[in-house]
Amino acid sequence: MENAANIQDDNQLTVEQAIANLQGEDLGLRVYAAWWLGRFRVDAPEAIDVLITALEDEDDRTNAGGYPLRRNAARALGKLGEKRAVPALIKALECSDFYVREAAAQSLEMLGDSSSIPRLIELLNDQIPGTLPAPEPPQLTQPFDAIIEALGTLGASNAIPVIQGFLDHPVPRIQYAAARAMYQLTYQATEVYNQYGDRLVQALANADLQLRRAVLSDLGAIGYLPAAQAIADTLAENSLKLISLKGLLEKQLQPTAPQELSPGAIKVMQLMDALL
Amino acid sequence: MPDSLNTLIRAVEDANSSALLQEAVKNLAATRLEGAIPTLIAALSYNNPGAAVAAVDGLIQIGEPAVPSLLELLDMHNYTARSWAIRTLAGIGDPRALVTLLGAATADFALSVRRAAAKGLGMMKWHWFPEDLLEIAQAEAMEALLFVAQEDEEWVVRYSAIVGLQFLANAITVSHPDWRSQILSNFEQIAAKEESWPVRARVLMAQQELQTATATTQTQHIDNSPSPLSSMDWQKIMEELYGRKGQERLVFAEGDPRRYEQLAVAIAQNTDE
Repeated sequence: MENAANIQDDNQLTVEQAIANLQGEDLGLRVYAAWWLGRFRVDAPEAIDVLITALEDEDDRTNAGGYPLRRNAARALGKLGEKRAVPALIKALECSDFYVREAAAQSLEMLGDSSSIPRLIELLNDQIPGTLPAPEPPQLTQPFDAIIEALGTLGASNAIPVIQGFLDHPVPRIQYAAARAMYQLTYQATEVYNQYGDRLVQALANADLQLRRAVLSDLGAIGYLPAAQAIADTLAENSLKLISLKGLLEKQLQPTAPQELSPGAIKVMQLMDALL
Repeated sequence: MPDSLNTLIRAVEDANSSALLQEAVKNLAATRLEGAIPTLIAALSYNNPGAAVAAVDGLIQIGEPAVPSLLELLDMHNYTARSWAIRTLAGIGDPRALVTLLGAATADFALSVRRAAAKGLGMMKWHWFPEDLLEIAQAEAMEALLFVAQEDEEWVVRYSAIVGLQFLANAITVSHPDWRSQILSNFEQIAAKEESWPVRARVLMAQQELQTATATTQTQHIDNSPSPLSSMDWQKIMEELYGRKGQERLVFAEGDPRRYEQLAVAIAQNTDE
């Protein structure tokens, strides 16, 4: 879980070389270059250009019909913070490859551009022709969790009725994504938004470690203060609990930044201290 | 009692699932018995994070008697076990791990290890140290923590170094008010240029807690047990510190006035009484 696994010997690759590789003959080097540009946050205009072009690549196909290069390009564009990529990513929501759509939805969430909301809602309703389900079980028709999380972050309150339907989805991960988005979309607008936060707190007791990890991330993303103690007590890596608590702390520090500390901020920091 | 200890150890050895192993290690750790040490240390190498967390907690509770075996584990090649061992040593605060923690806080490649070592450096069992060695040890810890608090690339490691500095500043309130002031003025600088809000908030909390005189014991568990370390141990710690300083000199070519030579003599005299 620590970042050690991703550290490779990247000294040979330069920005110029990565951009050249992305347009070169070697398909393996292209996929790697797309990942590399995102990993090292290379936001040079030429890098953005080649990555946007790579979203329409037809050369790199898996046996199952997937587009590995498009997936990596979509992921990288989310990290580079360039809104110029938004139209191409919206277009990528139409891709037949489930994982390209998932990456595109996540990147649109990161770029924070609400112009993608209508298309995301259509995708959530499975109304985009030509999109294929995930190739392995449970063979979901759409990457619902990624789409729902994007809609929540983008503040798509008109998506509330659709998202509500996913609170009881058979896949727990998707239920939690819906609870997270519902919390964000109803926050302070209704009196019931805490029920969605509390749902996530209960999910921290799930028997599946992967799900507990995902929920830690959800609670950090919404900064739900009443979850603080439950996060600290969760059976998961301290590193992940610290990141989750950091989300709560940041929410406590908004919007003033640290001039003074609320009791909530102090409580979260005491819990964090014990996890170091 | 030995019977039940043996039963608990056998439960760890016989566990045939991840959940059972976790539970068995947890039960064994709860005994806090020295006889559990070898089995708990072995659990650090099982590649089962749940079991490792329970073993770390148990070993920290047992404390000092576990230190020699933990230090031995550091020489082995199992990196995961090494990382858990360093985290355990940080939790125990035993002076024999001082130089290991100094190295780990400033240079380990795993952020979880740097994070644990930084906090551990602030929470050493300072009251065990002979007076002259204490000064050198605290100066080294302060230097390392000030470096980590400002230079580590991971927010959580910088955060942890702030926690370590707060404990250290507390520990030296009487002996070195000048160093304490130095830590506080560094906090000012860090607060001004730190990009991460959580780290800045932790600096603010440290400043507030250090201003409050009553905050001195805070979360630090009070432990007044006398040092069980032998003069051989202290000699070794001092030599390691000396070696570390020597390496730094090669890099920085900077004269260091600390009195290692006289200290060697002084410690040998004091501890043989």
